[in-house]
Amino acid sequence: MSNRPVTARPVEELDSVVIRFVGDSGDGMQLTGTEFSKAIAKAGHGFATHPDYPSEIRAPTGTLYGVSGYQIQYSSGQVFTSGDAPDVLVAMNPAALKTNLPDVKHGGIVIVNSSAFTAGNLEKANYASNPLTDDSLQGYRVYPIDIAALTSNALADSGLSKKEVGMCKNYFSLGLMMCLYSRPVDKEITDIEKKFAKKPLIAAANIKALRTGYAYAEATEMFAVSYQMRESEVKPGKYRSISGNQATALGFVAASELSGVPLFIGSYPITPATEILQELSALKHYNVTSFQAEDEIAGICSTIGAAYGGALALTTTSGPGMALKAEALGLATILEIPMVIVNVQRAGPSTGIPTKTEQADLLQALYGRNGECPIPVIAANSPADCFDAALEACRIAVKYMTPVILLTEGSIGNATEPWLIPDVASLPKMEVKYRTDPKGFQPYARDENLARAWVRPGTPGMEHRIGGLEKDFLTGNISQDPLNHQRMCDTRAAKVAGIAKDFPPSKVEGPEQGELLVVGWGSTYGSIAQAWQKATADGKSVAFLHLRNINPLPSDLGKILGRYKKVLVPELNLGQLSKLLREQYLCDVIQLNKVQAKPFKVSEIYDRILELC
Amino acid sequence: MMNDMTTQKPIQNLTKKDFESGLDVRWCPGCGDYAVLSQITKLMPKLGIPRENFAFVSGIGCSSRFPYYVNTYGLHTIHGRAPAIASGLKLSRPELSVWVVTGDGDALAIGGNHFIHAIRRNIGLKIILLNNRIYGLTKGQYSPTSEMGKKTKTTPLGNIDRPFSPVALALGAGATFVARAIDGDQAMMAAILERAAAHEGTAFIEVLQNCVVFNDGAYDMLSDKATRDDTRLVLEHGKPLIFGKERNKGIRLRGMDTEVVTIGENGVTAADVLVHNESAAHSGLAFSLGQFESPEFPIPFGVFRAVDKPSYQQLNTQLVESTRAAKGRGDLAKLLNSGETWTIK
Repeated sequence: MSNRPVTARPVEELDSVVIRFVGDSGDGMQLTGTEFSKAIAKAGHGFATHPDYPSEIRAPTGTLYGVSGYQIQYSSGQVFTSGDAPDVLVAMNPAALKTNLPDVKHGGIVIVNSSAFTAGNLEKANYASNPLTDDSLQGYRVYPIDIAALTSNALADSGLSKKEVGMCKNYFSLGLMMCLYSRPVDKEITDIEKKFAKKPLIAAANIKALRTGYAYAEATEMFAVSYQMRESEVKPGKYRSISGNQATALGFVAASELSGVPLFIGSYPITPATEILQELSALKHYNVTSFQAEDEIAGICSTIGAAYGGALALTTTSGPGMALKAEALGLATILEIPMVIVNVQRAGPSTGIPTKTEQADLLQALYGRNGECPIPVIAANSPADCFDAALEACRIAVKYMTPVILLTEGSIGNATEPWLIPDVASLPKMEVKYRTDPKGFQPYARDENLARAWVRPGTPGMEHRIGGLEKDFLTGNISQDPLNHQRMCDTRAAKVAGIAKDFPPSKVEGPEQGELLVVGWGSTYGSIAQAWQKATADGKSVAFLHLRNINPLPSDLGKILGRYKKVLVPELNLGQLSKLLREQYLCDVIQLNKVQAKPFKVSEIYDRILELC
Repeated sequence: MMNDMTTQKPIQNLTKKDFESGLDVRWCPGCGDYAVLSQITKLMPKLGIPRENFAFVSGIGCSSRFPYYVNTYGLHTIHGRAPAIASGLKLSRPELSVWVVTGDGDALAIGGNHFIHAIRRNIGLKIILLNNRIYGLTKGQYSPTSEMGKKTKTTPLGNIDRPFSPVALALGAGATFVARAIDGDQAMMAAILERAAAHEGTAFIEVLQNCVVFNDGAYDMLSDKATRDDTRLVLEHGKPLIFGKERNKGIRLRGMDTEVVTIGENGVTAADVLVHNESAAHSGLAFSLGQFESPEFPIPFGVFRAVDKPSYQQLNTQLVESTRAAKGRGDLAKLLNSGETWTIK
């Protein structure tokens, strides 16, 4: 098969497109989406994805709450987000159409699996009449295709059961979309052969479904044009597609390999953080020990034990688990041992909406413990950025002998984007020294960074006892002396505040002073960056700063905030960073908050920028 | 905290004194914890383990002050979590001898989950539970081992909260080594601790320990020389379960149940008495012994169960070795470049 489908149809060149695949959670839309992104990646385009699935593993078929979706935006240039509104919606049933149509661009393409538009399914989706036959889809370019029937006809002789044939229709949709968007299917065929190597009948059926979908799109007169992305302007180099959780796992392995310190992960499975534990559990041939603990508390406690033993230790969790770990975080802080706690945030409070994203655990990360308990907090801003953020978290932890909280988000952890694979030699050095010299040793003596020494049990001549009770400034002996306690609290706070001296000058995009500065943190990076670009292109005087470190904040931040008349802080919470900036800098920030368990649309930020300048 | 730096001694020259931290011990005068501390520091130089390779981990409670008094590495942590913290330490450093000292509240109330899971995994920790059947550090509330009807500050009308048997709980969690000792019998405690130290998996020892302030005399019947022979049953592997001053009482199996019999009465002979088997295929009889309560039954002491099963850390090491043998030592560049890659020129 050639690189481009042979079709008589004209080819329209695109700069960027947003496609959303939606269906029942059993329809395989995550797979279709993932495979489509792989084909896009192969073509060298920039892309960003957003999987959006219900927390039920298999919700009842055809229901509105059982709809699972996968959105990808790809482009000839840099892509920051998975896109605001889909240009194309592929809907496998009425419920999927109903829940997703309002997001689709006016005049957008809607491809539907018409076989699923039965009276029963329409009723489950609360449709009074069939949208494919009434006038309700008039504002869209609708392509009803009998995907289920076309797939089952093609697979009549496959030797598979009706149920198994039904499961192949996602490959039909994939084939169809690959043809329409001018992607070759040969690589996908090899992948199917590999994926189903032990089930040759299924492999053959899926390949046939893929080819049938492709051939259908090629032959049908329904589509007036095919689409082809313009040649990409992506930075040269070797890429792979990576999710935030994968990148986080790789970042920790890299920190371990670079420092020569064994890695330990003690965690309890929790959505949407579980993949980090899974990824690391499969890497035991690296210097990795993984431990699935009995609960969240044991997750962090085993991590404390391993860190005390000299490992580069981490625990992974999400909001509810973070709440359970609070007491142990205090212990890690007073013990002054290095470790990283990764919180892949999800919508709360309580169980909240586990599979959906939010940034509402920022104040919990900063303050959610008893006593004066400062812990450095850093945030990742995109899937690939999780790799760098994990390395940075480890660097701070071992240099300053402190637990570090790394905040990522569900929308980062599960989303994928292309990652320019770094050269190992270019990665930052990470030097770790255990103290082995007993001469003059005091457990709480500090270096110039106020960090105490890391002493592994098993080191002769340095046996000592420490714990959660307040301790003497030097010896670490239990101390309830009032002035000593003041000194220890002040010192622990000063140690964390002092980390800011390592930060490079903050990078402000746009004018150095003026009307408006947009300040963000975490996953909102993509939406803000794109909104800022758009506003700048419109000739607006607007600057943009995205924070990596939230505790401590960069020391130049106060001055920067003072150089603009207005400061806008978009956050997926009710104003947590805003509160912090006001408190720290007496800066009257303007909040832009959203708690809909969804990322910002670029337009939501862009529109607010236009209102302000 | 550290005591004065002493020059390193060869292991064979270490004495009890080398394992004493020199810190003032702050348990109440007469507390049963002193006996345990004394037996442990006496045992440690005999084990052939360098002093620096011991780590004591504890939670919160009177018993949890223990690490401060032993001159090894020590970690005094948070309430109930010592087994989880010790598990992380043991797993990352299998060569260390890791001991957990806990109490009835620490291990069985707030830390119950970590306690049963450490035991289930058979991770190589020595867990010593000092059971005084009362909350001492918070001054006299009932604990998960306080007997029914007991009046305490939070049960002024008598306790209606049914107690655990720590031994039965540990056996129910699948323990591979379970023993019970008492503070008043130091010779027996020493023998049990020595066996626990040699056990590869989780070794669990319940020590009945008198709280002189809030529950004084709880174990008098078991400690007092005048009564103890009739109230205690000393377990010895391969020996019949016989007790009593006259050595004429025994434990017999009737159906699936155990009963106390008198040898020489009602046609009962020594041959009817059960023989203790600490390594039986199943822990059923040990579980039954673990539930014995006074005065209907004697209270068993000694090793209830000792079986060899691979420890968690051994299995983990094997996994690491086999995966390294199959895949080779991981290479970072290879990992970063794994999965599907593409090159943009």
